[in-house]
Amino acid sequence: MSNKSMGLEERKEVPFQGTEQQREELLGFIHGHAGQKGCLMPVMQKAQEIYGYLPQEVQKLIADEMGIPMEKIYGVATFYSQFHLAPKGKYQVSVCLGTACYVKGAGNIYNKFSELLGIGEGECTSDGMFSLDACRCVGACGLAPVAMVNGDVYGRLTVDDVRGILDKYMKDGED
Amino acid sequence: MFRCHVLLCGGTGCTSAGSREIKKCLEKELKERGLDKEIAVVKTGCFGMCSVGPIMMVYPDQVLYCTVQPEDVPEIVEEHLLKGRPVKRLIYDENMAGGGIRTLEDTEFYRKQMRVALRNCGIINPENIEEYIARDGYEALGRVLTEMTPDEVIQVILDSGLRGRGGAGFPTGLKWKFASGRRGEVQKYVCCNADEGDPGAFMDRSVLEGDPHVVLEAMAIAGYAIGASQGYIYVRAEYPIAVQRLQIAIGQAREYGLLGKDIFSSGFDFDIELRLGAGAFVCGEETALMTSIEGNRGEPRPRPPFPAVKGLFESPTILNNVETYANIPQIILNGPEWFASIGTEKSKGTKVFALGGKIRNTGLVEIPMGTTLRTVVEEIGGGIPGGKKFKAAQTGGPSGGCIPAEHFDIPIDYDNLISIGSMMGSGGMIIMDEDTCMVDIAKFFLEFTVDESCGKCTPCRIGTKRMLEILEKITEGEGTEEDLAELEELAYYIKDNALCGLGQTAPNPVLSTLRYFRDEYVAHVRDKKCPAHVCRNLLEYKISADKCRGCTLCMRGCPVQAIQGKAKEPHVIDPQKCIKCGACLATCRFGAIYME
Ligand SMILES: Cc1cc2nc3c(=O)[nH]c(=O)nc-3n(C[C@H](O)[C@H](O)[C@H](O)COP(=O)(O)O)c2cc1C
Ligand code: SF4
Ligand code: SF4
Ligand code: FES
Repeated sequence: MSNKSMGLEERKEVPFQGTEQQREELLGFIHGHAGQKGCLMPVMQKAQEIYGYLPQEVQKLIADEMGIPMEKIYGVATFYSQFHLAPKGKYQVSVCLGTACYVKGAGNIYNKFSELLGIGEGECTSDGMFSLDACRCVGACGLAPVAMVNGDVYGRLTVDDVRGILDKYMKDGED
Repeated sequence: MFRCHVLLCGGTGCTSAGSREIKKCLEKELKERGLDKEIAVVKTGCFGMCSVGPIMMVYPDQVLYCTVQPEDVPEIVEEHLLKGRPVKRLIYDENMAGGGIRTLEDTEFYRKQMRVALRNCGIINPENIEEYIARDGYEALGRVLTEMTPDEVIQVILDSGLRGRGGAGFPTGLKWKFASGRRGEVQKYVCCNADEGDPGAFMDRSVLEGDPHVVLEAMAIAGYAIGASQGYIYVRAEYPIAVQRLQIAIGQAREYGLLGKDIFSSGFDFDIELRLGAGAFVCGEETALMTSIEGNRGEPRPRPPFPAVKGLFESPTILNNVETYANIPQIILNGPEWFASIGTEKSKGTKVFALGGKIRNTGLVEIPMGTTLRTVVEEIGGGIPGGKKFKAAQTGGPSGGCIPAEHFDIPIDYDNLISIGSMMGSGGMIIMDEDTCMVDIAKFFLEFTVDESCGKCTPCRIGTKRMLEILEKITEGEGTEEDLAELEELAYYIKDNALCGLGQTAPNPVLSTLRYFRDEYVAHVRDKKCPAHVCRNLLEYKISADKCRGCTLCMRGCPVQAIQGKAKEPHVIDPQKCIKCGACLATCRFGAIYME
C-alpha cells in the first residue's frame, strides 16, 4: 500500500508550478460537485489528473474550497496507492538492484543516474522530465546490470553509458 | 442490411494485443474495396480466449480467427470476405480440428461451457444500447416495474437460489430481503462491487467491458426490490476500458429513459453514479468499499451493523458483485425454476472462472456449478502443456486455497470447495503443474496480503508479516520444523482475530498447502531441498560433464564469473560464487546445465 513509498515521496521538493488555468479547472470541478455526497475522492482524482500529482498546495486548495481538514485529505491521499504526493517524471528511470545486477555494479550505475539527474530514489527532476527508482530483479540477469526507462531495457551497462541514455531522452523531450 | 458481420474483440486482452489497429486496417481495407456497405465491423467484448488475441469472428460463417496481425487483414478481406475462402492458417486451431471448420459452439473450449452471465460478451457491441435491447435487454426491468411487486421480485431471486459471486456466496435474495424494510420511508442505496482485486482474475472486467447494460438493468431491478433510488458502481481505476463503457452505457440508458425519473412510466426513479477506486485491494471488502465511496481512507469497520441496516452514508445498502448482477435479468425473464435447474443442490446457476497458469487454453470460461475440475482442466482448458503433470488448482486467490489432484473429480460448487479447504472466490483459477513449488505459491499470496493489509488491526498487520518472514526463511533454506508449527499457530490466530475478511482469509493459502503438500514444506526445512526446483537458495546449478562441449557460452554470460573451464573442455560452476540467476541454463545449447 502507498504508506510504504510515502516517506520517500515526502522528501521530495519540487517547486509547485501550477498555472491559473489548472486552478480554474479544478475549482470548476469542485463547484460543479458541491454538495454531492462523498465527492472528495472524485475531486482528488480530478486534481491528480490536472496536476499529475497532489502537492501540498493542491491539497490545501481542496481543503479550503471544500471545507475539509487538511489531515483528512492527506490521510486519503496516503491510503491509496494511486495518489502521488510527488510528481513522476515523463521518463521513469528504474535501475535493477537485484542480486545479479548488484554484484555487477548496479549500485554505481544507480549512483551515476542519481548524480547526473540530481535526484534520489522516488524523486523527480524539477523540469518534470525524469524520475528515479530502484527496482527488484527484472528477469534479465544475463544482461546485468540492467536499467529501464519507461519499459525500454538497457543491459550490460557501464557507468559511462549512463549519460548517453539520458541524452537520448533529453533530445526526445525537445521535439 | 449487411451480408456479413466481422466481430472484433475490444476487451482489454485483445486491445493490448493490438485489436484497435486491426479494426483501423480492416475498415480502411473494406472502404478501399467498396465493401463497407456490405460488411459491418463491430467491436465487441471479450470472447474469453484472450491468450490467442486479437480475436476476430466472421458471421454468418462463424469462422474464428486468432492472433490476427495488421498484415493479415488484406488477406482476410481478399480471400474470405470477398471470395468466400476462409484463411486457414489464421483460424483458431481447435476450430479446424478434424479437417473441416467447426463452429465456435462445437469447440471443446465452448462445448462444456454454459453462458448466462457472459451471454452477450463477444456478441454485441457494448457501446450500443440497441444491440443490448435487441437481445431482450431491459425487458426484465420493464416486466418487474409493470407486472411485479417488490416483494415478488425478491421472492423470485430467493427461489432461484442465486448466491453472491463475489466470494462469500451469500444468498442474494436474502440480502435483498434484509434491506427491504421501510420502503419509501428511508433513503437506501444499491451498490455494485466492481473492484475485482484478486490478482489473475478478470471475470467482472469482461462483463463490464462486454455487456455493461446488464449491470445497470440489474441494479435498477435491485433498487425497485429494496426501495432505493440511487446506485453506485465502485470500479477499479485500473480498468479504463470498463470505466469508459460504463460511462457510455449510463449516458445511453438515461437518454432512453431507462435510468432517471419515472422509468417505464411506473413512477420508479433510479439513477447510477460511477466511483473510481484508487488502488487498494481492501476496498473490495464491503464496509471498506462503502467507506471509500464516502470519501475516506478505505478501512473496513466491524459488523454488525450490517450494510443492510447501516451501510453507505449510514443508510440501508445492498452490495453485490458484477457477476451476481449479470444473472438477475435472465432469472426474471426465464423464471427461478430455470435457474435453479442448473447446478448442484446448494449452488445454482453457473460460475465464470478466469483460467490461467500452466494450462493450454487460458482465458475466461463459464461453467454450470457442479462441473468437475477434471472437465475444466482437461476438456475446456485443453490440458497441461509440455506433457507435465497436474499438481493443483488454486481458487479464491489470496483468500483461497488449492485443490490437489486427489480431488480432481470433485464437482465445483461453494460447499464442496469449502469442505476441501479452498473456496469459490471471485473466480480466479490458477492451474499448477509439477514445476510449481507450493511453499513459494503460499509465499506469493502472503506477500500480496502483507502489501495490501490496511493496517487497522494488529493480527493482520503484524501476524501476516510474521508468517511471511517464516515463509521467506523456509524458502531460503533456513527453516526448521518448529517454524512449521509456529506458522500454523499464527495462521489460526489471525483467522480468528482479524477484523475483516482480508485478514481472516489471508492464512488460507498457507493452511491449504500445508494440508495437502506438507511433505514439500518438510523437504524444505528438513532436507533443505525444493522438490519443484523453484526456491533458488535450495538449488545448485551444475554442469553435466558428459553433455558439456566446452563452448564457453555460459561462461561469458555468467554475471559473476562463477563458471570456469577451458574451451572444448567441460566447464564447472563454482557454487560459492554462483548467485543462481539461471542465465547459464537459458544460454546452454546442449542442455548440459541442470539444477539439483
Ligand atoms: C479483502 C476482500 C476483498 C474483496 N474483493 C472483492 C472484489 O474484488 N469483488 C467482489 O465482488 N467482492 C469482493 N469481496 C467480497 C465483498 O466483501 C462482498 O462480499 C461482495 O461484493 C458481495 O457481493 P455478492 O454477494 O454479490 O458476492 C472482497 C472481500 C474481502 C474481504
Ligand atoms: S484484517 Fe487486515 S485489512 Fe482487514 S481491517 Fe484488519 S488490518 Fe485491515
Ligand atoms: S546460475 Fe547464473 S550465476 Fe550461477 S553459474 Fe549460471 S549464470 Fe552464473
Ligand atoms: S479480451 Fe479478447 S478474447 Fe478476451
